[in-house]
Amino acid sequence: MKSRTAILFIVLSVAVLLLFAADLAVGSVRVPLGEVWSALMGDADAATVKIIREIRLLKALAALIAGAALAVSGLQMQTLFRNPLAGPYVLGISAGASLGVALFILGIPLLGAAGGAFFASFGIAGAAWIGSAAVLTVIFVVSRRIKDIMVILILGMMFSSGVGAVVQILQYLSREDSLKTFVIWTMGSLGEVTSVQLHLLWIAVAAGGVAALFSVKPLNLLLLGEQYARTMGLDVRRSRMLVFISTTLLSGTVTAFCGPIGFIGLAVPHVARMLFRNADHRILMPASALAGSAVLLFCDMISKWLTLPVNTITALLGIPVVVWVVVRNKSIS
Amino acid sequence: MIRVEDITAGYGSRILIEHGSMRLGAGETAALTGRNGSGKSTLLRALGGLGAIRSGDILLGGRSIASMTPQQMAETVAFVTTERVRIANLRCRDVVALGRAPYTNWIGRMQREDALIVEHSLASVGMSDYADRSLDSMSDGECQRIMIARALAQQTPVILLDEPTSFLDLPTRYEICTLLRELAHNEGKTILYSTHELDIALNLCDSVVMIDSPHLLHLPAADMKNSGIVERLFGVRSGV
Repeated sequence: MKSRTAILFIVLSVAVLLLFAADLAVGSVRVPLGEVWSALMGDADAATVKIIREIRLLKALAALIAGAALAVSGLQMQTLFRNPLAGPYVLGISAGASLGVALFILGIPLLGAAGGAFFASFGIAGAAWIGSAAVLTVIFVVSRRIKDIMVILILGMMFSSGVGAVVQILQYLSREDSLKTFVIWTMGSLGEVTSVQLHLLWIAVAAGGVAALFSVKPLNLLLLGEQYARTMGLDVRRSRMLVFISTTLLSGTVTAFCGPIGFIGLAVPHVARMLFRNADHRILMPASALAGSAVLLFCDMISKWLTLPVNTITALLGIPVVVWVVVRNKSIS
Repeated sequence: MIRVEDITAGYGSRILIEHGSMRLGAGETAALTGRNGSGKSTLLRALGGLGAIRSGDILLGGRSIASMTPQQMAETVAFVTTERVRIANLRCRDVVALGRAPYTNWIGRMQREDALIVEHSLASVGMSDYADRSLDSMSDGECQRIMIARALAQQTPVILLDEPTSFLDLPTRYEICTLLRELAHNEGKTILYSTHELDIALNLCDSVVMIDSPHLLHLPAADMKNSGIVERLFGVRSGV
């Protein structure tokens, strides 16, 4: 059992490295795998070095970080809410981010304000951040008053629907060009990540990752349910807060910079459980992070190859996994 | 070990127990009986620190639970709830190991001693051979044994169980309750569990706590048998 786990971790790590290299090689200009390394070292012709270092490296790093962050955040949500179909989406965190971005992209032109490209890309990020943090604050305030986790889930869904309606109204009122910008954001765009954003991304995700590490033991206890967790000395409220903070930092930041990338958070933890045949978060958390990176790098490669938005690829790959979970898990209640 | 002093407890606006008192010693098993909605779970939850009481005091090992931290509670009382835990890929050994949580570090690292306690707990409930099986592949009775092993691994002087025999067939009910009595007698634990099985309560427990709302009665099993309270409360002859 132990050796199987070790082998799986090695295989996954190697897969992430290979996919990372492959993701650098694939694109509108094909770079042979062997040349990727020399280009990274600045040891190739100027154009190739520029493509690899300044464009593809950013994108591949964004995929690496975003995949891990989304998968870990999904794992946390699934255990905390004891719902195999939970994720940042269900809680309305993604909806909050969308509302922020919609207000920014669609709302500001309506008000007649304008700004440069720098202002635009930062504004999108900040707006999504504020939006998801706001939703989480609301959920947290409600969860302090209402202990029933199902109520929180339902509120999250209501919130998503409400936000969806507001976004539609904004879309209806908007001009064509700002509508197009927003629609492209909703499709998820790893390619839009700038180097400044990448720095912010990894710092926020690292902080969220540390919080996630501290949530490992509470999550293991919560596997048995809140009552059992409490009788084993767990401060459930504080643990929930810790997971919420971790999730905003992880999925909120990723949504802000890369757009709403669906199904990684939902599907990857299930893949990790299936591979490792384990429910211990000490194993599942690093496993989900690695698998999330691998899957998003893979999706990014395909999306570049077919020139499609990455969000459509993650959905097409993720949906069969979710369907499989639903069909197999007949007792979802 | 357990001292309940003049408590009043209820659920919502309903008062279920008024001025109730009882004492349970180390090595004693007691059954908690009473009709549906009489406050069995409310009392157990209060004893386990999961629910509040209106007035009175509950002392465990001489300390009032109102003054105990969650950590101290976790080291004093283990609780087996009615919640059915059926998680795929969650192995029995890992479930029992969770019982060590109050004693492990921030990430739950198991020391050699913890691992030994887990194996011992599994052996105590006769489930050593099931250590590597996952919970969703086992019967209700087997799962119940694992949850009891988890409570043992917590190494607390008090174990509370909420209806440990529901979902179980008759032979398994007797097995589980005989096991609980042996654990109390051999390991000196104080075990209190709620049950609707009068036969089990009167024959396999040292004493019986009966809630006849709003009264809390506590008698040795033999005295309870002869008291006529059971017949009055349940309108049946216990036939034992």
